[in-house]
Amino acid sequence: MSGDMRLASRYLYGATIALLTIWVLVPLGLLLINTLSSPEAVNAFPKRFWPEFDLGSLRFFAGFDGMIDALFNSIWVAGLTMVLSILIGAPAGYALSRFDFPGKETFRLLVLLTRAFPLPLLALPMAIAFIRLGIDDTIFGLGLVHTMLALPFAVLITFSLFSGIPIELEEAAWTLGCTRFGAFCRVVLPLILPGITASAIFAFVISWNEVFAAAVLTIENRTLTAFLLQNLDTSPLHLKFAGGFILVVPALVFIFAVRKYLFAMWGIANR
Amino acid sequence: MAEIRLRNIAKRFGDYQALHSIDLTIADREFMVLLGASGCGKTTLLRIIAGLESPSEGEVWIGDKRVDDLPPRERGISMVFQNYAIFPHLTVFDNIGFGLKMHRLPQKTIRERVHRTAKMMHIEQLLDRYSGQISGGQRQRVAVARALAMEPDVILMDEPLSNLDALLRLEMRAELKGVLAQSDTTAIYVTHDQIEAMSLADRISVMHRGKIVQSDSPVHLYRYPADRFVAGFIGNPPMNILPATPIGDGRWQVANREFEGPRVDAKNIEFAIRPEDMHLADEGIEGRVQVVEPLGPHLLLTCDVAGCPFRATVDNDHAVNPGDIRYFAPQPDRIRWFDPLTDLALA
Ligand SMILES: Nc1ncnc2c1ncn2[C@@H]1O[C@H](COP(=O)(O)OP(=O)(O)OP(=O)(O)O)[C@@H](O)[C@H]1O
Ligand SMILES: [Mg+2]
Repeated sequence: MSGDMRLASRYLYGATIALLTIWVLVPLGLLLINTLSSPEAVNAFPKRFWPEFDLGSLRFFAGFDGMIDALFNSIWVAGLTMVLSILIGAPAGYALSRFDFPGKETFRLLVLLTRAFPLPLLALPMAIAFIRLGIDDTIFGLGLVHTMLALPFAVLITFSLFSGIPIELEEAAWTLGCTRFGAFCRVVLPLILPGITASAIFAFVISWNEVFAAAVLTIENRTLTAFLLQNLDTSPLHLKFAGGFILVVPALVFIFAVRKYLFAMWGIANR
Repeated sequence: MAEIRLRNIAKRFGDYQALHSIDLTIADREFMVLLGASGCGKTTLLRIIAGLESPSEGEVWIGDKRVDDLPPRERGISMVFQNYAIFPHLTVFDNIGFGLKMHRLPQKTIRERVHRTAKMMHIEQLLDRYSGQISGGQRQRVAVARALAMEPDVILMDEPLSNLDALLRLEMRAELKGVLAQSDTTAIYVTHDQIEAMSLADRISVMHRGKIVQSDSPVHLYRYPADRFVAGFIGNPPMNILPATPIGDGRWQVANREFEGPRVDAKNIEFAIRPEDMHLADEGIEGRVQVVEPLGPHLLLTCDVAGCPFRATVDNDHAVNPGDIRYFAPQPDRIRWFDPLTDLALA
């Protein structure tokens, strides 16, 4: 009786896993197959189930007017987001984990609440403010917005990282001759560097994938997502596939690399 | 030269007062043990001396410098933490050499000192390991080695042997005492183990609820507890305490006997005697034996004396059985008297 139940639940478990895997892998597989095939093959019918390993689509993608610029814009904005969110987020995370100050709990809540405002709501006032400040349609301006999006995660991830490092380690370093800053560099930094890297990469991915703010706040200096969106109805199928592929791959690789830290942020122990 | 003087130290955590006006002077090269139950403020006091916590009131002097405003690294101290605080990203070697490197000692000196202290703590074979690859007891020894390698003026140790097994603990205790006796280091050692305290200390400060209740040499502390808390805390089994009523002229009635006591004008005081400071006699304090525990050379008797529990250790050549009525004769010079109102000893 209970053996049957266990068998049934095993099957259910397996089936669910299979379904989820298919759910994720099929679109990715289609992207891969079509990106690595010639434009002709992509647009032909019936569809292929195996890539031709033809770089035609990618070459077309690279040659598309403005595409390479958009790609570099994306990299610049994401890079800026990454640097800014760590430079601002990590000290905030450190302060949250190490110091007691009035309003600490409120601050922690507020950090999360920044994500409670839908971006479309903020986009118009922000666009106006940016125009006034003269940073509209710039990489810097967009980087600021993306930093705002990535910052809560950066703060919370680094907060949990710092909290995982006993204060006694720093204190021991102080008694052994380190300044506060010295102890941070020699003891805390080496211990959290992998986590900081993960959090930086996460910020990069958030910016890399973001499309709404990018589309609203830039015109000339579009990022890849905004550029692809703009040309969505005019561009041929193989361009869409190649663009999708170029967008997905870095995000996928990065997230895979730092998955351990994202689990940590969500409170899932994996040891 | 590193005499430590604490002047009227108090520490509050919010509403909670962890330390009350601590006054203590620790002589240069003295081995001072802070002894007290869990939560009495030992670690807090140690951290204040180290500069990891600032006192709410009072002054800390090390040598002839007031150090209240100095960061830990400028106080000439090193510390062994209760939870070791071994750097997990460094090998045992680099952990022990960490402070020496911070003080920019030449490579050769560092290597020599690390090997010397590692040898002393029996961890030479672990020098290449990381803290994740050694046991709790080994970690504790690394922590002690790291502090010793600094050859500091003052070494602060927070229960540094608490995680070792009984045998190793005995060994390290002797070792530590030897090492520190040879050095010029002033040591403050926190423990809640009274045997450890007795065996290591030049002087013991007993702490209770954030106060130092008595600072004395181990023998003096044992023989002349300043108050009832110390009397009950030091010694195992603890001191016996019986009520005493005045007869007049400095004489007191204790159970069935009269004793010469302090000449004070009080209704009730308390009579105290250690279990081993009595012998069986033909006359003395009358007790009904309840439990007999043979402890190797002695018998530990738990008796009932006029309704109060009363313990005595006697030679094991006596045949004593539960239910017997026996008479205990206290050694007159070992009797102590306490005032139950203040808990303090009466002269
Ligand atoms: N940062 C803090 N905030 C609030 N209370 C504290 C803090 N640190 C210590 N205390 C309190 O102060 C008291 C003394 O703590 P302390 O750590 O000095 O005890 P201890 O004597 O070292 O005990 P143990 O033998 O268990 O280590 C305890 O009641 C503790 O709860
Ligand atoms: Mg403690």
